[in-house]
Amino acid sequence: MRLSDEEQAMLAGEMGAPKRWAIEHMMQVGRMFDAEDLVPVSQAHMMADPESVGEAGTAFMEEMASHPESERRVAIPMITDPRGVDLNYYRPLGQTEEMADLERRFIAACEKLGILMTNTCINYQTIMPPVRGDHVAYGDTGVVIYCNSACGARSNFEGGPSALAAGLTGRTPRYGLHLDRHRVATKRYVVREQPRGLTDWGVLGAVVGRLAGSYWEVPAIEGLDAVPTSDEMKHLGAAMASYGSTPLFHLIGITPEAPDAKSIGADKLDGEDITPEMMNAFRSDFGAKGDKVDVVVFAAPQLSLVEMQQVADLVGGRNIHAETAMMVCTSPSVYADATRMGLVARIEASGAKVLEGTCFYQQYAREIGEANGWKRLLSNSTKIVNILGGYGYAPALADMEACIDAAVAGVVQ
Amino acid sequence: MSIELKCHIGIGPDVEGEALVADDNFSARYDLDRIKGIFSRPQHKLAGQSYDGKILVLNTAKGGVASAWMLHEMKSRGIYPKAILFNTANTILAQGAALADMAMCDRFEAGDVTALINSGERVKVYPQKGLVIVKRE
Repeated sequence: MRLSDEEQAMLAGEMGAPKRWAIEHMMQVGRMFDAEDLVPVSQAHMMADPESVGEAGTAFMEEMASHPESERRVAIPMITDPRGVDLNYYRPLGQTEEMADLERRFIAACEKLGILMTNTCINYQTIMPPVRGDHVAYGDTGVVIYCNSACGARSNFEGGPSALAAGLTGRTPRYGLHLDRHRVATKRYVVREQPRGLTDWGVLGAVVGRLAGSYWEVPAIEGLDAVPTSDEMKHLGAAMASYGSTPLFHLIGITPEAPDAKSIGADKLDGEDITPEMMNAFRSDFGAKGDKVDVVVFAAPQLSLVEMQQVADLVGGRNIHAETAMMVCTSPSVYADATRMGLVARIEASGAKVLEGTCFYQQYAREIGEANGWKRLLSNSTKIVNILGGYGYAPALADMEACIDAAVAGVVQ
Repeated sequence: MSIELKCHIGIGPDVEGEALVADDNFSARYDLDRIKGIFSRPQHKLAGQSYDGKILVLNTAKGGVASAWMLHEMKSRGIYPKAILFNTANTILAQGAALADMAMCDRFEAGDVTALINSGERVKVYPQKGLVIVKRE
């Protein structure tokens, strides 16, 4: 891999141990993916919840934070994905002091590096969306796929360590989605059932993701009769990335790199129909009609201000069933706005709880499930029902209105 | 008898171990009970099986950036696969292998690696050479 003089100095340790680690890390990863050099990036976004990071990752970050400020401080704006513990509300969830302490230690280390604790997976709706052609190093697969697809920015999936390396150096290995050749469509799909509502968009994303099936495939989708909203695009992308490890899709005639099929090479591909039968087959995997529901979750991705209003409107004036919990996860900035506008109060008057700066599946989902006796989980997030089966839950999928009806009745309607 | 399988240059140290193979995908977040060291997602083809000390052979990596930290966390507690071989890795698993110093390879010249290696076979992995040797009785 070619390194500039400044990068050679980082590798030699002349700019401190953290940057040396970062360059070494990027060279290992870059070599596996045939990167020829490093590309400057304008922002980094790090996923690092305490369940994933553990004691070992926390100690790793604390070691980074122990170096002199000039050596440890990040070189570009660096922000964070949702945390695993809402420090204002963790004991009632069954989270322990050990979990909270790990969270506090990790946050303290991040702050010493100059990382902005945004604690959000919807930074493209709330912080600073990247622009077309902007090279960035984002974590959270939902963030990456949205920013690549809807914004035309350029990022690979950057796990926490690689996002940190990018933050420390302002660079990332130039491979994958940073290169034009990996942004060309490789699969073409024709939508035969129009998605209506957030959950439908998630189902479409899941079906396409499963069919595409690899990080290195780029689906091009056509046949949509309307332009999706930002929230709909969010659910489409989050589900596609979750089920397919997909980092980029094109909506022909809609997303910025795909004004037409030819622009992305899709004119050379045969189209495969996404039929109502395929959508229904997916839905039937996550049905639960008539079952008692233990917990209803709105998260993955965190809710936008618009979604918060939708939840508040649907649940306002009603009471959540005594044997059912309802959790709503949003970013700290949306939480502040939603509090100011009375949305949090309206939601919580029902008995539901709004969590700030966390996302349900990232907050020790297995442990809080066991602590609260939660087994049957209902959500409108196609992504979260994919994840939580491995955490001991029996997840089911329904749209936002049906989720809230179930939370009130205590039973999936 | 030994079979040599060439692959792309990978990450991590040379290791030897027993293969655990499935034509299925992998995420440390979605699929594992990392405390017990088993595959926990009921739909996974290796559900209930231990991955500790094994050479995992799987199709591809799937969503979830958490795996990048989780391989490191798993290794720190001593319950971890010695190596993971994929048909195609994604960036997250490669980054996780780099932090954890865990062996990982992908892109095998002879085709589908989940069909080339059987569960229970002894496997040597040489990531820096892009080479995997399967000992077959």
